[in-house]
Parts: sequence; C-alpha cells; structure tokens
Amino acid sequence: MKLNELTAHEILELLKAKKTSAQEVLQSVQEQIKTYESKVKAYARVHPFSPQQTVGATPDFVENSAIPIPIAIKDNICIRDRETTCASKILKGFKPPYDATVVQKLKERGSLIVGQTNMDEFAFGSSTENSCYGPTRNPWDLERVPGGSSGGSAAAVAAHETIWALGSDTGGSIRQPASFCGVVGLKPTYGRVSRYGLIAFASSLDQIGPITKDVTDSALLLNIIAGHDPLDSTCVDLPVPDYTKALINDVKKIKIGLPKEYFIEGIDSEVKESILEATKILRKCGAQVEEVSLPHTEYAIPTYYIVATAEASSNLARYDGVQYGLRQYPAKTRKTALIDLYEETRDIGFGTEAKRRIMLGTYSLSSGYYDDYYLKGLKARTLIKNDFDKVFQNFDAMITPTAPTTAFKLGEKTNDPLSMYLSDIYTTSANLAGIPAISLPCGFSKNGLPMGLQIMAKPFNEEMLFRIAYTFEQNTPWHKRKPPLQ
Amino acid sequence: MTTTQSKYETVIGLEVHLQLKTKTKIFCGCANLFGQEPNSLTCPVCLGLPGSLPVFNKMALEYAIKIASALNCAVNHFVKFDRKNYYYPDLPKGYQISQYDLPIASHGYLFISTSDGAAKKIQIKRAHLEEDAGKLIHDPELNCSLVDYNRTGTPLMEIVTEPDIASPQEAYDYLQALKLTLEYLDVSDCDMEKGSLRCDANISLREKGESQLGIKAEVKNMNSFKAVKAALEFEVHRQAQALESGERIIQETRLWDENKAITLPMRSKEEAHDYRYFPEPDLVPFILEKEIIERVRASIPELPSAKLTRLMQDYQLNEYDARLIVQDRGLANFFEECTQLYPDPKKICNWITGPILQELNARKIAIDEISLKPRDLAALIQKVEKNILSNLAAKEVLKLIIDTGKNVEQIVEEKGFAQVSDDNTLNEIVDGLMKEHGKIVQQIKEGKESAIGFLVGQAMRKTEGKGNPKKIGEIIKRRLLHV
Amino acid sequence: MSEKAKTITEKDVRTIASLSRIYLRDEEIQRLTKNLEDMLRHIAQLEKLDTSKVEPTSHVLPLRNVFREDVVKESLGQKEALKFAVEHTQGAFRVPKVMISHLMVQVEWAPKVTDET
Repeated sequence: MKLNELTAHEILELLKAKKTSAQEVLQSVQEQIKTYESKVKAYARVHPFSPQQTVGATPDFVENSAIPIPIAIKDNICIRDRETTCASKILKGFKPPYDATVVQKLKERGSLIVGQTNMDEFAFGSSTENSCYGPTRNPWDLERVPGGSSGGSAAAVAAHETIWALGSDTGGSIRQPASFCGVVGLKPTYGRVSRYGLIAFASSLDQIGPITKDVTDSALLLNIIAGHDPLDSTCVDLPVPDYTKALINDVKKIKIGLPKEYFIEGIDSEVKESILEATKILRKCGAQVEEVSLPHTEYAIPTYYIVATAEASSNLARYDGVQYGLRQYPAKTRKTALIDLYEETRDIGFGTEAKRRIMLGTYSLSSGYYDDYYLKGLKARTLIKNDFDKVFQNFDAMITPTAPTTAFKLGEKTNDPLSMYLSDIYTTSANLAGIPAISLPCGFSKNGLPMGLQIMAKPFNEEMLFRIAYTFEQNTPWHKRKPPLQ
Repeated sequence: MTTTQSKYETVIGLEVHLQLKTKTKIFCGCANLFGQEPNSLTCPVCLGLPGSLPVFNKMALEYAIKIASALNCAVNHFVKFDRKNYYYPDLPKGYQISQYDLPIASHGYLFISTSDGAAKKIQIKRAHLEEDAGKLIHDPELNCSLVDYNRTGTPLMEIVTEPDIASPQEAYDYLQALKLTLEYLDVSDCDMEKGSLRCDANISLREKGESQLGIKAEVKNMNSFKAVKAALEFEVHRQAQALESGERIIQETRLWDENKAITLPMRSKEEAHDYRYFPEPDLVPFILEKEIIERVRASIPELPSAKLTRLMQDYQLNEYDARLIVQDRGLANFFEECTQLYPDPKKICNWITGPILQELNARKIAIDEISLKPRDLAALIQKVEKNILSNLAAKEVLKLIIDTGKNVEQIVEEKGFAQVSDDNTLNEIVDGLMKEHGKIVQQIKEGKESAIGFLVGQAMRKTEGKGNPKKIGEIIKRRLLHV
Repeated sequence: MSEKAKTITEKDVRTIASLSRIYLRDEEIQRLTKNLEDMLRHIAQLEKLDTSKVEPTSHVLPLRNVFREDVVKESLGQKEALKFAVEHTQGAFRVPKVMISHLMVQVEWAPKVTDET
C-alpha cells in the first residue's frame, strides 16, 4: 500500500518505528494530488510543498506527541496569510491575518497543511456544486456529487489526496458528504470545538469536525482540535478526554434507539436495508436496539431553514466591499454612491444559493415577520431538542441513515433547491439539538456507491459515538474499500 | 412671554451615549484609548473579520451596574445581547451588538433643580450596553470617505429618559447632573468634545393641557451641553411657529448647525430602519447573582446629591458654596480632609471657593492634579490665624505651593514671607509714612477712617505685603489718635 | 402565521433585496420569487405546531456568564490591519463618499489630539 493510502494512526506507528518520514508521507500525498486532482477537484488551493513544512518533524518530535500528518482544511477555516475564500467570489484575495484556533492547535502539533478544500459557497449547499471554483466530484463516480458542503474534504480523504481533513457542519455538511464518499465524518457537540476562525454560516449551529478514513483517526483528530478557547464564548470549558480510549470493540448492554420517523417514505430501499443490516450486526455484538420516536422530525428542515438562514443573513452582512475581499463598482451607467457599491459587490460576489439564503433570512427577521418566522423557528427548535432529551433518558444512542439516498448526479438537483434541502433531513436535527453525531460507511449500493450510518449521542458524549462506531467498523469490511480511481 | 410660548408646552426626551473608560474594548482585548494612529488599536474581533467572535468584558458589566445603581434603576438579573442589523461603513460586522428588549437597567431617575429651586425628578426609561462604531471622516480633497476602526468596540452605555424634560434649560441641567453623577462613579470621561459623551434629543410641542404627545423631531449633531440647549431653544421656536401657522410637523431627524445656529432636516434617502433585532448567538446570556449587584452597589461612592445635602447639614455651608465644592469630587474630598485638620469649615470653604478655585480655573486643572495637599491649606490658615502670615502673603504662598510643590514652611522660610509683626519695624515704617503723607495724617486726625486704610495700604507696600495690617492699624491709631 | 406571510410577490422580493443590499437583475427577481415562494410554503408547515407555551431556544448550551478580564492584549497594529484592505490611504480604509449631510462630517483627521482645553 502506498503511504498516502494509510490512515493517520498507521503512519504514526511507522514514524515512531522510523520506517518512514513525514516528508515521505507528504510527498506521497502530493503525488496522488498530481495524478488525480484534475479529475476529483477536491481542492480550492493546494499549498506548494516547502521543505520548511517538515522541519522539526523528526521521529523524536513524534515521541513528544507531535502528529506531523498531512491534513486538508476546508476553505472556510482561516489560515494566517493564506487566501481563505469560503469558495466565494466575494472573498477572493482575502488573507486573514490570523489562524483559526483549530489551525493553531494543529500547527502546534506539527500538522502539515496540504491545502484548502473546495466547498459550497459559505457552506450553503449539500453537493459542493455552489462553489466559485466549480464542483468537486465524487471519487467513487466522477459524474456524481461528493455531497456538501464539505465535499472537498470528504472527496480528498476518499481519494487519498490527504490523510485526513477538517470540515464544518451546520446542518449535515460533514456527515452527508462523508456518507456519499464512504469516509468517517464527525460533528462534535456544539461547544466542544472552538469556532474562532471558522467563517460563520449559522452561529448557533456551526461546528468544525474531523473527516477521516476510519474511526480511530476520527478520535485522534478530535483529541487535537477539541477543547476550551477563551476567544469563543460558546466553547465550553470542559476537559477533553482521550477519545482513543473509547475505541472499544464492545457494545454489550448499550441501548440504541431507532427513530421510526427516519424510516418513512423518501428513503432509498438500499439505504434502508443497509441500516437494518447494521442494527443486526450491533445486536450480535450485544447492543439492545429498539424503536423510539422523535415526533417533531418532520419540522426539522423548516426549522433549520428559518433559524440558519436568519443567522446567515446577519453573518454575511459584513461582506460589502468596504474593508476586504471583492469591491465591485457598478458599471458606468449606474451611480456610485456607497449603497450602489454594496449592492453591486454583493450581486457579483454572491452566488445564487447565497442570495437565496440571505434573502430568506432577511425576510424571516424583518419587521412583521419575526414572530411568525424566526421566533416560531426558535420555539420549534425547543420541541426538537426536547424530543432528543426524552429519548436519551432511556437510551445511550440513536442510529439512523445519514442521507436518504446515495450520491446523486451532478446537476440533478441544482434547479430544485427544495429537493436539495431535503437531503439534509436526517442530519439537521443534531445541529438544532446541539448533540454530537458521526457518519461512517455501512455498505455500498448496487452501483458501487457508499452508504452511511449515522450515530447520535448525548451532548459531550462523543465517547459513546466512538465506541459504537468502532465496534461496527471492526465487524464490517466497508472502511477498507477504495474508490476505483484510474 | 409671547402668545405662542404661553400656549404650548415643551416635551423633551434625551438619549445619551456614554463611552465607558474600561481598559479594553467591550468584546476584545484592544486598548480603549482615544487619539491614537488610525486603525492601530484593532484586531480581528473589532474589525469584524470573518471568523472572529466577541467575548464580553467583565469590567463593562460592573460599570453598567454602577451606572444603573447611581441612577436608581432596577437592574435586570438576566443580561443578554441582541444584534441590531444595518449597513454603514463604520460598522464592520454589518450589525451592532446591543441590547434590545431586555436592557440591563430600567425605571430609574435623576433629580435636577428647577429654576424656582424645587427638585424635579427626571425618569430614566432604560439604560443598556452596546458597542461603539468606528469613525467616518469625509475627505473633501480626495473626494472620498475614510474609516478609522479604533473606536469600534468601545463599550457604550445608552441612557434614555422618559419625555419628562420640560424646557431646554432643564435639558441642560439634566446633562450637568448626569455628568456630575457619572464623574463621581469614575466610569467615563464624560467629555462631549472628545466624544465620550454624546447626546441626541427628541422634542415636541403640545397645547397646554393636552395629554397626547405631539409629533417629535429628533435632533442630532450637538457637540456641547450649551449646543443642546441652543438647539432645543431653536426647535421650540421653530415648532411653535409651524404649529401657529397651521403647518404640519413631520417626524424627522434634524441636525444642529453650530455655525448658523439652526437645525436643518437630514436629507437622507435612508428608509426607516428595520433593524431586524434577534438574540446574539455568539454571546451566551449572563445571570447576575445578587451578590455581584450588591458588591458593585457597595463600591459606589457617596453621590453628588447626597454629598450636597450632607455638606450643607454637617458643615453649615450655604447652598451656593456647597454646590461649588461638590462640582468636583476631588474638591469635595479635599474640603472634608481639611476640616479634619483644621476645625473651621467656613474658613476652609472660603479658601476653596475663593483663591483655590481661582487658581484651578486659571490653570485649567483639577485639584487632583496639583501638589496642594489638605495639610498645606490647614497650615496656611493656621499661620494666618497666628498672624505669622497676612492674607495676601498666604495667597502668594498658595500659588508657590502649586508652582513648586514645596510645603508651607519651606516657602515661608525661603521667601521670607513671615509676617512682619514686631513693633519696632512697624513703628519705623509708620514714622516714615507719616512724614511722607502729611495730608493723610491730617485727615486721620480729623477722623476720616478711610485715610487710615490708605496708610495701612502704604505700609503693606513698604513691607512687601508682609506687614501685619491689624497691627499697623493699631499703631497708626495710637500714634495719631492716641487711642 | 398570517396569510400575508405565505405568498410573496416580486415587489416583496425587491424590498428584501434592498434590505439585503443586493442588486438583482429582472430575470433573477423572477427566479428568486419562485424559489422563495417554494421555501416559504415548505416552512409554513410549522404552522401546525402549537408553540404557545414553548420557550424559544436561542442558545442550545446551558452555558452562562462567559467573560474576559479587562486586560490589554496586543492589537494587530495599523500595518497588519490594512494589509488586507481593498483601498486604503493615510492609515484609513477608503470608501466612496458618504453623503448624509455636510454637517455630520468632520473635516480634520481627528486622531492626533492637541491639548486645546
């Protein structure tokens, strides 16, 4: 096996045993990129290799808990002095003068940043087709989407164009692409990982999380990025356990709920089958799997689209051409007062989906509509959260499909925004409730497309997720398959 | 009073924005300073860079509780922030973090003294915390506008009154009373020139006896308390005229033009703002424990109105003098410390309201900034009482203490200010003068009192102010009147 | 949710676009009106929920009282702050003239304060 096809934990063993060097690993990754990136287009920007990057990444460094593994970072996470654009024209040329806290943590541990991955503009999307750099393609079938909005990160991991990656998840943006690309994607509990430096979409829903080849890597990467940050008021001051200790191949006596509302019409029969198969395997491993109810599930999408777009409309107000990024003066035929500068910049700078969401958000906050829309949405959120609290009183976790289908074809849903939104149906509730959720591969469809299993647990109980996920993974072959890239 | 003035009554509400002088800004660690190089006190947070997040400054909360308490407000135990969304170049995030429906303070009041001496209660409707915006400057040469974000993120307290103010003079008095109270709390520089205190006014007229409020005008761009009064006086006049001539008053924003001394309507095509307030998701709410509020309340010094009453009572000062002393917290402290050292409040008061205030005003400094200490004043008064120094000399010594920082003893010795009181020296001088001013001597013998004064004055000149005037007077009387 | 909230006209869309400071061409307005209408119809499902006795959730964590101490941290400094500026001059960010009123505009460059009390 080539170096770039290994997992991070496998590479760390090799590094400790001095059987390879961080430089060799990085070079292997970069060769893969040279070969396949033109087909997959996972990256918005590949950082040029510089020997500086591996300075200090000696085996001794590894002994002292350095983790000099190549990582790909979603293009909405600020990297100091590197162009960071959220795949949007409006931030072209913007180079943040600071690192996101997670990037700082990674750098402190010797991480080698391969590049910044493609995404849906400002994380608005479920297919990575809304990018100013063009779409990313699913390594399992280049005619299909990798999912979104962290499609670039998921595709890069699946195509072994990086060892592991960071994505962000507001309504499923880590988990759904992980499901479509056959990799592991974790959305931590809201407040577990710092959002400082994550370019905001919906402040009360966003979380940064790991996208990896297997569950062990996910625990390793969460160890690095989780933890209190005094620069983020919503990041909790709770100690970070060693999540690798939760990687136990045993789910005896674990009570898992299967929410019946997640198995109604609209779900692919193969996807449904794969989940039911998964429950059989978990039962064999000793878990207790029972049906439960999350009665307000059908309201998750409308609630999400009110709350998230309202926050987004406010978070994106700062992109106006005044300080940084794109400044677009109107054509000579129109006036150039300040307001025209705003309007023109935001017309040219934002893509269609961004405009849609900003306008919906503005609408639901506006005078006369606030009570019926935004406030209503916040109340519906309470009901959705209460559903989860109730179930978790008697259950340790819940299992659902991650997405109702496998990866759809490029262009299939671009003219039907509503149908695009509905592909988030299983993932948005976890964001609304603030709970942690992980997606891992649970099978392949007849035409070779990956399917994902989602596990959800109580707030700050990522250990439960890792335990169940690890057990499932160790008892199934899915994580070992590779995409048939030529 | 003209017919219009007697027909209408004025209704004014004031909105004051106060910059709090915490060491750092409200949501980031940048220093909170005025007058620095543009954009030098900025960071990703106050610049509103993508990915930045606010974290609340504890000291701003304490200052807010202090202000709320001093204004007799109810303090809300549940503190949350909201976003106020609008677009302007000095607002980098495209929204201001403020407080909308749950301000930290409400239902307070401040007393002012009306023209007939009565105390009037001005109700404070609400006071809340928010962040300041940057500074937008128009450059006529370059035909563009320039933005300096040093000021973004400065903590502000917005204090809004009920429409209880009934005249431009009352508005002025309210602002003076508010400023004095806030200065005592040491939470702000309260300087309208530097922009640490800004004031907008709402003013309307209605016929006397009418209970409904008239249509109001919002007046902005006033840069001093005097300007507030002048602008409101202009508005009273303008609105009264308009009402009389049957014109409709429209609700509008008007700007005060200091040069022309008029208000002008703000010609802006801005539609009525829809701020789309919603709770700030990046800041978690705050629950104020009773202990915190009590602790902060306890740390508030005696406030000006209470001090005024007490000084008048305890030291038998008259109101005028007491007010002068209370105007400056440092001065009031100085006064009370002096009374501990020399038990004659009246004398001390006279010195403070007289020569000391004179010096402070001339030098444009505050009592805390000079080297004069209470023991210095006590020593001075003592020496005058003991006839070691004449009043005149004492005033000279006072000036020198302020100039040099030396104490009374040192200066008296150095400059030889000790009053000349020994009989021989004075007798000699009087002898000399009697020879010089024969005519005056004649007048004295004829009983003219003022002539004695003249000779005393001359003697003081001869002694360079060091003579003991009382003694000189006695000598003259003895010699010439055989008294 | 009132009836007015469910249907959305092109005029509404123009108003919202103006509030959002986005200039829209005519074709875009048509398309967006349809999109927004679809979305609002979908969102209208929430009407079925009885939320009269429900508290809104603004913050999903039970976290309270997160402060920072009033201690000065280093700022970026003028040079760093302007590094990413689109247009800047004399240490300030530069934008097209903002004309509210000549009265609201200071003509001198304020920051260097001389002690003119």
